Parts: sequence; structure tokens; C-alpha cells
Amino acid sequence: MSAASSAHPASITSCPDGPLIVRGELALFDDQGEAVMPNRRTFALCRCGASAIRPFCDGSHKLVGFRTTPPPRTAAVTFDEPAPSTLNAE
Amino acid sequence: MDVPSARGEVTEILIARLTAGERAPLDDLAATTTAALAASDDVLTDDDLQLALFLMYELHYGGLDGVADTWEWDPRLLAVRERIEREFEAALRRAVSQPRATRDVSEALFALVTDDDGPSLSAFVERDATAEQVREILACRTIYTLKEADPHSWAIPRLHGRAKSALVEIQADEYGGGRPERLHATIFAAALRGAGLDDRYGAYADHVPATVYTSMNLMSLFGLHRRLRGAIVGHLAAYEMTSSLPCRAYATGLRRLGFGDDVTDYFDEHVEADAVHEQLAARDLAGSLADDEPEIANDILFGAAACLAIDGRLWGGLRERFEVGESALRKPLP
Repeated sequence: MSAASSAHPASITSCPDGPLIVRGELALFDDQGEAVMPNRRTFALCRCGASAIRPFCDGSHKLVGFRTTPPPRTAAVTFDEPAPSTLNAE
Repeated sequence: MDVPSARGEVTEILIARLTAGERAPLDDLAATTTAALAASDDVLTDDDLQLALFLMYELHYGGLDGVADTWEWDPRLLAVRERIEREFEAALRRAVSQPRATRDVSEALFALVTDDDGPSLSAFVERDATAEQVREILACRTIYTLKEADPHSWAIPRLHGRAKSALVEIQADEYGGGRPERLHATIFAAALRGAGLDDRYGAYADHVPATVYTSMNLMSLFGLHRRLRGAIVGHLAAYEMTSSLPCRAYATGLRRLGFGDDVTDYFDEHVEADAVHEQLAARDLAGSLADDEPEIANDILFGAAACLAIDGRLWGGLRERFEVGESALRKPLP
């Protein structure tokens, strides 16, 4: 993805299996035509439809297995030795 | 921050020397540290050694009240710090398997966090936690979150081009995008006050378990060594990539327990912010860095795996204590 400052035209970048990243000045409206104000300069628009904070992304695409590309046939990562007993993320 | 209480021989001597004034003799600190490292069962969970390392690192952040600022670059103190760091890094490399990307680093990062599926504290908070347990979790978060984003900012002058631009884009958002009241650390301070907790840095320094310091020290170790710039980038990526969904669960749990918007605001903010940061960190930051400096691609993945492992131990450890009805703290909250 390439960045664009607000001095340049707005840009929308699609993330594989994820949201649309929006940079730059643009007006955003909801279903009722009401203006929606993003809380940050760079924001992510939901593309999978599962977000609880639409039109913004909340990471739900990972829960619903949203894919924009066919799943790879082989693992994306290997380990030098067996992975330690599963250590949970927060 | 106030100087906390010692947790063993090393911190006893360290605190005594640091508060004795500039250039106090340190010979006994070096010898005691060496002995403590040799005797430690596990540096990663050692109260005394992790607190000692935290205090030495804290001299590079907000400092310690009553301790001369000149200690920050005292070569004798840095030599002691290096002894602990060397063992700390060796223990990390024993505990964390080195991941390797089969295609590209950002794809490998997404796979790493997807495969990290241990019991989560956020799911426990969403459904089962009591208000007192939530206050304990917030107290444990104070050590990092009241200076949220700072350890990753050490990497800014060590990166170039696209990776630097991406890191600054993320950090600018972490620091409120020009609105001081939206600094994430400031939003968290408001959450603490809303939950009836003290928002001064270090207020719970004597309460939190060693693993809280291990988690903080991991970031400082990676952040303060240019050699480990890949690891701090990978750490940030993993942190951001495992944040938005857990923060939604936290916010739901806090509302279930009747906490107000002043407390949930921090978590609501991170649902949205970290869904953005996740993409920027994995692709524009870590992906670009791996393209530009392929020789440190494995460090990026190591930093990510270390983040998942160390924070998994920390928060999973809290959940284990809660599930058997015990406090996760060393002493009760006031």
C-alpha cells in the first residue's frame, strides 16, 4: 500500500482478506445520508459486512473467514523447532 | 514514578544505590546480579531481575523520583543492565521458536496471529469476570498502557522510507493525531479514574506480578537496541493484530459489569484504531521493512512470536488465577 498525504487526492487501498484503507480528505455518508466523521486521519472501511461498527472495520473479517484471494495451499510460516505449547494472546 | 519496593537482593541494592545520589559505588550490584542470574529458575518470571531491568529501563522513559537523571547513561549501570539483557534474550530465544516466512513476512504475520489460539483473557472478561478482576487487569495494564506506544517509538530514527512513514502514521494515531486528549495513554488514564483506580504512573508497581514487567521489558529490550529494530517492528505488528477483537470483548464485558463510557472509551477506541493499525503494521511497516532489509525479516517474525508468547503468559496467567478464584496481584488493591 502506498501512503498519500491530505495534500494529495484521497486514496483507497484494498487489503488482502481485509478492509479498505482510506487516506486523505473525503466526505463519508451513512445509509440515511448522514455525514459520518472518521475518528482518525487514516481509517479502515469494512469490506466483509460483519463489522459491528460499520462503515468502519473492527477486525471481524478474521472471525468470518472473509477472503479476497483463494486460500494458499501451503503454510505461510514454519518454525525452526516445534512451536511451544500454545501461548495465548490477550 | 515513585521508586517501588524491592523484590529481592538485586533490587534492594539497586534501589539503595540509585537513591544514594550520583555515582554511588556499584561493585556489589554487579556481583549480586551475576549470582542472581545464575541462581534464577526462569529469568522470564523472576520478580527481582525483571523489576531490576524495568527500573534501569525506566531511566530512559519518565525516570524515577529521587533518582539522579545522570544514572541513565552511567556506564557501570549499563554494564549491569547488559548482563540481565543477555540472559533475558537467551531465555526468550529458548522459549520462542523462530518463525520463518515461506512466502512474505506480512502473510506470515497474519498466519502467526491466526494460529495463536490459547485461552483468552478478553473472552473471560466478556462473559465471566467480576468488577474486582477487571480492576486487577486494569492495574496490570498500567505499567505499559500509561506510556502506550512509547517503546515502539524508539524505532523511528532507525527505520527509513516506507517503513518509517508507516510507523509514524501508526504512532501519530496512538498519540492522538494532534489532539492531546486523544492520546491513548490519556484515554487509558481516564478509564482508570472511571474505574476508581489511581492514574499516576507506577501507582501499582508493587501490586503487579513479574510477568507485567517481563512484557514491558520485552518492548524496551527490542526498542532500545538498534540491532533488534526488526523485533520491535514485529512486536508492534503482533500487538496491533491481536487487539481490535479482544478490545471489543473487553468493552462488552465492562458494559455487562456496569462500567461507564469513561472506562469503555479506551477499549472502543482500540476496536476501531487497531483494525487500521493492524493493516498498516503488518503490510506497510513490517512488509516494507522486510522488503528493504531482508536480512532482518526473521527478526521481525521473532519479535512478533515473542510478543504473542510473553503477553500470552501474562494475560493467560491472570485468567488462570481468576478461574481458581484467586487474585492475580501480589497484594490487594487499596
